[in-house]
Amino acid sequence: MSQADVTIGSHSALMEKPAFSVPAKKMAMWLFIIADSATFAGCLVAYGFIRNATPDWPRPFHSITNVALMTFILLTSSLTMLIGVQSAEKGDKAGAFRWTMITAVLGILFAVLHIREWMGMIGEGATLFHNPWGTPLFSSLFFSITGLHLLHVTSGVIALIVVGLRYMGGRYKADDLEITGLYWHFVDLVWMFVVPLIYLLNLAH
Amino acid sequence: MAGPEAKTNGMGKDLIVYLCILALAGIQFFIAYQDISASQMFVRMLIVASIEAALALLFFMHLWENRGLKWFVLIFTVAVILGMQYGWTDSYRILDGVPWAK
Repeated sequence: MSQADVTIGSHSALMEKPAFSVPAKKMAMWLFIIADSATFAGCLVAYGFIRNATPDWPRPFHSITNVALMTFILLTSSLTMLIGVQSAEKGDKAGAFRWTMITAVLGILFAVLHIREWMGMIGEGATLFHNPWGTPLFSSLFFSITGLHLLHVTSGVIALIVVGLRYMGGRYKADDLEITGLYWHFVDLVWMFVVPLIYLLNLAH
Repeated sequence: MAGPEAKTNGMGKDLIVYLCILALAGIQFFIAYQDISASQMFVRMLIVASIEAALALLFFMHLWENRGLKWFVLIFTVAVILGMQYGWTDSYRILDGVPWAK
C-alpha cells in the first residue's frame, strides 16, 4: 500500500462522493456514451431530412437475411458480454475471459458479414459518391452511417481483446470488464436504430 | 459491489430481456413488409427501437439499479428522441417548399 493510499484511506470521510454513486471511470464511459449517442442521433436526423427531401429515394434492399443475421449476432454478443461480466463479478476469471473472447469473435463475425455486404453493394456499382439506383446521397449516407457503426464495432472488438487479456493477466479488474461491456451494449443499442432506419425503410416492395 | 452499484446475480432475467429484444427486432422486420407509408413505418419502427433501447439501457447496462444515473440518461434520451422527431417532421415542411412538391 502506498503513502497516498494510506492518506486517502484515513480521510475518506472528507472526500466528495462520486456523481450518481458511480465510480469515476464508469461515469466517464457514460458521458462518452451520451456524447456518442448524440453523434449518431445527429447522423440519423440528417439522414431523415435528406431522405424526405429527396424525390425518388431508392429502395435497393431485396433481402433481409444478411441484416437479420447481423442483428442476431450483435444481440447475442450482448448476452455473452453479460455472462462474461457476471463471471468476472463472481471471481471466475477463466469463465469471464472465455465469454469476453466469445463476444469479440461474434463482433468479428458481425464485421465480416458487414464487409461482405459492403462488397456486394460496391460490386453493384454503389460507392461513397455514386449510386446506380438514383441519388448518390443514398450511398453517401449508407456508407457513412454504417461505416461509423462498423468503426465502433471494430474498436469495441479491439477493446474487448485488450481488456480481456489484461484482466486475465491480473492488470485489470472486473470493473474494467464491466465498463468495456457498457461500450459494447451501446454499440448494440445504436444498431437497433440503424437497422430500421437505414435498412428496413429502404426495403424494396 | 455494495450499495447502489449492487447487481442482482443470475442470468434468468437477462435471458428474458434478450429474448424480448430479439422478439422486438423481429417485429421491426415484420413492420418492414407491411403495406404502409414510409412515415407510418418510421413512427412504428422508432417506437419499437425505443422500447428495445430502453430494455438494453435498463437491464443490460444496469441503469435500473442506479436511480440517479437512470434519470440523468432518461432525460437526455427523451430530449434526443424528441429532437429526432422534430427533425423528421420538419423535413416535411421543407419537402412542401421544394419545386417538385405537389
